[in-house]
Amino acid sequence: MLNSTLSELAGALARRSISSVELTRLCLERIARLNGALNAFITVDAERSLREAGAADERRAAGRAGSLTGIPLAHKDIYCTRGMLTTCGSRMLANFVSPYDAHVVERFAAAGTVLLGKTNMDEFAMGSSNETSHFGPAKNPWDTARVPGGSSGGSAAAVAARLAPAATGTDTGGSIRQPAAFTGVCGLKPTYGVVSRYGLIAFASSLDQGGPIAKSAEDLALLMNVMGGHDARDSTSLERAAEDYTRELKAPLAGLRIGLPREYFGAGIAPAVLARVREAIAWFEARGARLVELELPNSRLAVPVYYVIAPAEASSNLSRFDGVRYGHRTRDYADLADMYCRTRAEGFGAEVKRRILIGTYVLSHGYYDAYYLQAQKVRRLIARDFAEAFGRCELIMGPTAPSTAFALGANRDDPVQMYLNDIFTIPAPLAGLPALSIPCGFDAAGLPVGLQLTGNHFTEARLLGAAHRYQQETDWHRRVPAATPL
Amino acid sequence: MSWEIVVGIETHAQLATRSKIFSGAATAFGAAPNTQASAVDIALPGVLPVLNGAAVECAIRFGLAVGGTINRRSVFARKNYFYPDLPKGYQISQYERPVVAGGSITLAGGDLQKVVRLTRAHLEEDAGKSLHEDFHGMTGIDLNRAGTPLLEIVSEPELRSAAEAAAYARAMHALVRWIGICDGNMQEGSFRCDANVSVRRAGDPLLGTRCEIKNLNSFRFLEQAIAYEARRQIEILEGGGRIEQETRLFDPERNETRSMRSKEEAHDYRYFPDPDLLPLVLSEAQIERIRGTLPELPEAMRARFVRDYGLSEQDARTLTADRALAEYFEAVANAAKDRKAAANWVMGEVLARLNVADATADQSKVKPPDVAALINLVADGSINLGTAKKLFDERWNAPRALDISVHDEVVVRDLGQLSDASVVARLVDEVLAANPKSVAEFRAGKDKALNALVGQVMKASRGKANPAQVNDLLRRKLQG
Amino acid sequence: MPLSPDEIQRLARLARLAVSPEEGEAVRAQLNRVLGLIDEMRAVDTAGVEPMSHAVASAPGAGQRLRADEVTEPDRHAEYQALAPAVERGLYLVPKVIE
Repeated sequence: MLNSTLSELAGALARRSISSVELTRLCLERIARLNGALNAFITVDAERSLREAGAADERRAAGRAGSLTGIPLAHKDIYCTRGMLTTCGSRMLANFVSPYDAHVVERFAAAGTVLLGKTNMDEFAMGSSNETSHFGPAKNPWDTARVPGGSSGGSAAAVAARLAPAATGTDTGGSIRQPAAFTGVCGLKPTYGVVSRYGLIAFASSLDQGGPIAKSAEDLALLMNVMGGHDARDSTSLERAAEDYTRELKAPLAGLRIGLPREYFGAGIAPAVLARVREAIAWFEARGARLVELELPNSRLAVPVYYVIAPAEASSNLSRFDGVRYGHRTRDYADLADMYCRTRAEGFGAEVKRRILIGTYVLSHGYYDAYYLQAQKVRRLIARDFAEAFGRCELIMGPTAPSTAFALGANRDDPVQMYLNDIFTIPAPLAGLPALSIPCGFDAAGLPVGLQLTGNHFTEARLLGAAHRYQQETDWHRRVPAATPL
Repeated sequence: MSWEIVVGIETHAQLATRSKIFSGAATAFGAAPNTQASAVDIALPGVLPVLNGAAVECAIRFGLAVGGTINRRSVFARKNYFYPDLPKGYQISQYERPVVAGGSITLAGGDLQKVVRLTRAHLEEDAGKSLHEDFHGMTGIDLNRAGTPLLEIVSEPELRSAAEAAAYARAMHALVRWIGICDGNMQEGSFRCDANVSVRRAGDPLLGTRCEIKNLNSFRFLEQAIAYEARRQIEILEGGGRIEQETRLFDPERNETRSMRSKEEAHDYRYFPDPDLLPLVLSEAQIERIRGTLPELPEAMRARFVRDYGLSEQDARTLTADRALAEYFEAVANAAKDRKAAANWVMGEVLARLNVADATADQSKVKPPDVAALINLVADGSINLGTAKKLFDERWNAPRALDISVHDEVVVRDLGQLSDASVVARLVDEVLAANPKSVAEFRAGKDKALNALVGQVMKASRGKANPAQVNDLLRRKLQG
Repeated sequence: MPLSPDEIQRLARLARLAVSPEEGEAVRAQLNRVLGLIDEMRAVDTAGVEPMSHAVASAPGAGQRLRADEVTEPDRHAEYQALAPAVERGLYLVPKVIE
């Protein structure tokens, strides 16, 4: 049961071969047993979960169940959940109980899903390893001496270890896809504006996008059917007709043009990663897809551009954490300025402070044009590269990350090395494009490798379709870490 | 060598919307602390701004009224600084691309006739309030005002005296109320001015170093503060000193400006386009629709009053000082047979009482048809002017509006002017007979004695006689 | 150009982050590493390129959506202020503000 996909679980619930309470209990028991080692969850409220599961079973009994009613899942601790801690992985919000629900949380509640708890994450989503969490790093279930990736590392670890059938994440520069790749699960970052950011604690507003993490592409599609759609409370939420993200799951691969950017297959990529990704691409080619060699000449600038834009927006977004209306306030202070400085120095961890300082610098007088404005212009060039590429192909494939999961502490003292981990995931959010990661094999150490599919705006269904076809004939996504047997 | 004063004004007009600029919280004044501070206004984690269409419409109305350019695309930016009354740590404002660029306003009154150009007008949100009364040595923060929509209107530095600056502020105040985008209540902070003041030697093409004066919440204070500040700067310069660019606060009790405790560092607001808000894009159709709802503007109305009603420039200006008064006058003038009398009545009886009551013309208990009726009854001799004024006064002071028309009231209370000449003659004879002393005085050359006699006749007629007729008759009898 | 210790303190003040001189050196070294990474994009010729501040894939010319001017938010200050470190008589309390 724990290794079942959402549609299998939904079927079991519909047939009454299991109740939501029973399924939820299974998950809670597994969390109780394994979370100590994985640290995937920051908050679990079993009583609340079981209450919601009971309500879901009643709803089903009353004949009002939807397709995901009764399915337990976990939210990244960046989504505000009313009446439950929402920490964003930070000491600043260690005691923050949100007085309202995020749009995504509301949507899932309305669909009748059951909230298992809130998952661990890099502090304010700033990190690629989960090590910046105030609550300690989540661990990779494939090797607990390794990171699960980040920032949505807790969600990815929870799904990989089958603590939760699915979870939400957010992606700013790869925070869904890279941990999905590191933990052998699937993750989708939708087109910017498809999932409302209302109630999602902002890191970099022009890049942040919520998305699902699950065991299969089909599961991602089912979750997107709940998460996606217009919300008037987010001015950047797109007013588009509701779409069915499962609609292209059966679409044929023949004739599909797959773009292979030269830059995504260059130096600095672990040989095993490159090998698994090439094998996956060959699989697609064997089923009638056409491979198109491409160039994304400006993509080499994506990491530098991202590390101007994201910290700039973050430095402003995080100004609201000042110890006045909620969150941490320092105990001792001389005056107002001192209260601010100490509160923020105590409440934020080293990586968050670093990014706030960089963001402050690139926006400050005399540097704005050279850094921030220039980054916005290069961002346009990166987006143009993609626009041209999508004239020649329907989707772009490559590795999600240049390596498999690295050891805890490996990049602790070198932020730049850490940042370069996101070299392949950063371009899509800069251009606002949808991209997903699916498992495509393992390296010699038994660590999962992720294949990234990037599409043009609003082509989530096509990406999910291609990934689903692949998963119909491969079973990488069904593998369970040995350390967390079923 | 003489000095020239150079002033530019920044006005913050609170826009007359029901809800805030980026949230659905109420903007009503005077609510209990923080009861109108929603999740967006207190900047809870995860909340987002959504722009109020009515605030945008107000900005467009203003831009059209001052003949400015309505930018088809304007951008909201974040102005970053820490202050406890600024919950997000940044203010959402417009920086590089404001919604309105340019435009001008005409100052006229007395000898003054001047067109002042505007630099720009942009939308932004207000901050909350810090309450400094003692909370165990702490400051209290009320965020009810946070997120209230403001239009910041910036003039070019073209004002050349404290009096001109005050005239500008008054004209701007009248205009924003005229077009209905701001209630203009200065006590409640709905209309606030900051003045940038510098001085230079007459003829010097370069501007001097300026100081910004804040906290000018009345026209009188604005004028006093600028006059003081200019004097202060001139004294420093004449003493060989230099002006420090700084922000100063006006202290009305001492009638002086003082330096605000200087910031430990220069501001660096780190403006950048707000990623939570898309550019504000306005279509021709939207702008034209709003143009169609704009009232006739004061300048146009003043010219029309001169042309159509034969008013003097001065009278037309007085009557177009605010829109309610202008509309009141026009309603009276269109129903009255005598337009000059309409102007006199509105500028006299009506305006005097409005000023005393600190009310606007639309709040007047005596409505334009009543005033017109009084004018018409006087004009056709049905009542005399004294009766008309008495009736106006009674109506003004009535606890509530009377149901009965002026016309009916005159009939019912038998207030009609005595038209029978023989009755008036008889009253005159009686008064002359009863007041030999006054008669003697008049004949001895004391012209004033006649007034007493007229008064006696009017009294005998219970105020209904025609005073001019009485005067005539008395004169003839006494001299005859 | 690498950041000086003074600049680190200036940025820390602007960002209201207490950074002790001891921390300052480590922070400075790391920030300079990051700025070195960023420098790569500074040399790119971007003449005539329109800056991209949003990633919203809407129709060209589409802009900000407007909200109807309606009061939709009820008073929830008691609930909100339960989150605050210091509140009295409905006001958030902060160390004395001096103008």
